[in-house]
Amino acid sequence: MTPLRVRVWRGGAQGAFREYEVPRHESQTVLDVVTHIQRALDPSLAYRYACRVGMCGSCAMTVNGAPRWTCRTHVDKVVKNDRLEVAPLKNLPVIRDLVTDMREFFDKWARAKGQFKGAATRKDEFARISPAGERRKLADASIECIGCGVCYAACDVVAWTAGYLGPAALNRAWTLVNDERDAQQAARLRTVAGDAGCHSCHTHMSCTERCPKQLSPTAGIAGLKRAVAAAALKGEL
Amino acid sequence: MSVRGETRLWIAQRASAAVLALCVIVHLVTIVYAVRGDLSGAEILARTRGNAAWLAFYTLFVLAVTVHAPIGLRAVLGEWLGWRGRSRDLALLAFAMLLAVMGMRAVFTVFA
Amino acid sequence: MRQGSSWWVAVVHRVSGIALALFLPAHFWVLGQGLAMDGFLKWTEQPLVKAAEWTLVVLLAAHLGGGLRVLALEFLPWRDWQKSLAAGAAALTVGYGLALALAL
Repeated sequence: MTPLRVRVWRGGAQGAFREYEVPRHESQTVLDVVTHIQRALDPSLAYRYACRVGMCGSCAMTVNGAPRWTCRTHVDKVVKNDRLEVAPLKNLPVIRDLVTDMREFFDKWARAKGQFKGAATRKDEFARISPAGERRKLADASIECIGCGVCYAACDVVAWTAGYLGPAALNRAWTLVNDERDAQQAARLRTVAGDAGCHSCHTHMSCTERCPKQLSPTAGIAGLKRAVAAAALKGEL
Repeated sequence: MSVRGETRLWIAQRASAAVLALCVIVHLVTIVYAVRGDLSGAEILARTRGNAAWLAFYTLFVLAVTVHAPIGLRAVLGEWLGWRGRSRDLALLAFAMLLAVMGMRAVFTVFA
Repeated sequence: MRQGSSWWVAVVHRVSGIALALFLPAHFWVLGQGLAMDGFLKWTEQPLVKAAEWTLVVLLAAHLGGGLRVLALEFLPWRDWQKSLAAGAAALTVGYGLALALAL
């Protein structure tokens, strides 16, 4: 098979694409390609991966302009004229080559109150939450996020507005808004509202398009818009 | 602007959007009607002058636009031009006033 | 085409909104001229002006289509078909544009 010509970003914020020739195989993923480059061609290449089976989200990169899990992206699916382009995820500072600094992504998650905080103690009865409950179903529909950053990288508003919390953080906040055990609801609604929060989502739906777990942050953010508006109208915001 | 203020802007934007959806549909249909009927300026004015119902309708239209357009531009100015803060909001308020004044002048010219 | 259909509808929605916001003061000014309208309407007979008018009205229809999509996404409970609202908005716009073109 004709070898692949792969352009890979080298450097930090400043840098350049460098081209490598990689042998083509049947059933080859982009992660296989990047790994080959690092092991056989250029050991100085920095990149991240862990599970390589589509569970951890560590291998997310920009492939031919779109954010993807490289371990779940078959070369056949994205190659054009035997060419590939691999770059780090957008909207995040580049540490080196294909590795980005994820701190801001997780800081925003925390800022959106994306962590559960209950009011019960070990002395209280277990909370009884039916999986069939309205709110639980809404939470469950969005709960599978593993924080890979693909949606964040895909989002135009994240690129345009530095303080925008972003789809992942807001999606997680939505799951907690629907968790009746959580005791931070009022504070959470306040933090996910406004220009830094849900109101800046313009339903481009790039997040929903690209999420490797088929989640829809757009849906969750729409839910937040409704919840925040309701609170505002009731004077509770 | 406070989070509460920004939430109110969002509510106002969606509420005005709903009003405008109805107004715009009527407006678009009227345009096609006027164009097909090949109505002249005088003919149009003859039908609109002194018409209280149309006056009320277009007043509502203008007021909804006065709310909707500036809030819409606010996002564009912030996201595409990096213009945020008090000066942006004041400029948009001025724009809203301009639309209101010019709009009502137009409404009264055509329908009163 | 790498961007999804929702992205295109959103961009058209935004650009049409900007165009309409810029056009409105001029529109209001012309209407405020009143009796002078006939003279002005003569000027609008020119094909280039007609084309500009058609474009503006279609932009209005496009903005309406995109706006209805936003309202549906934000206020209706989430359903998978909402992803195809973009197509609906586009269809509405094209349909209206054709209707207007045939009338002009």
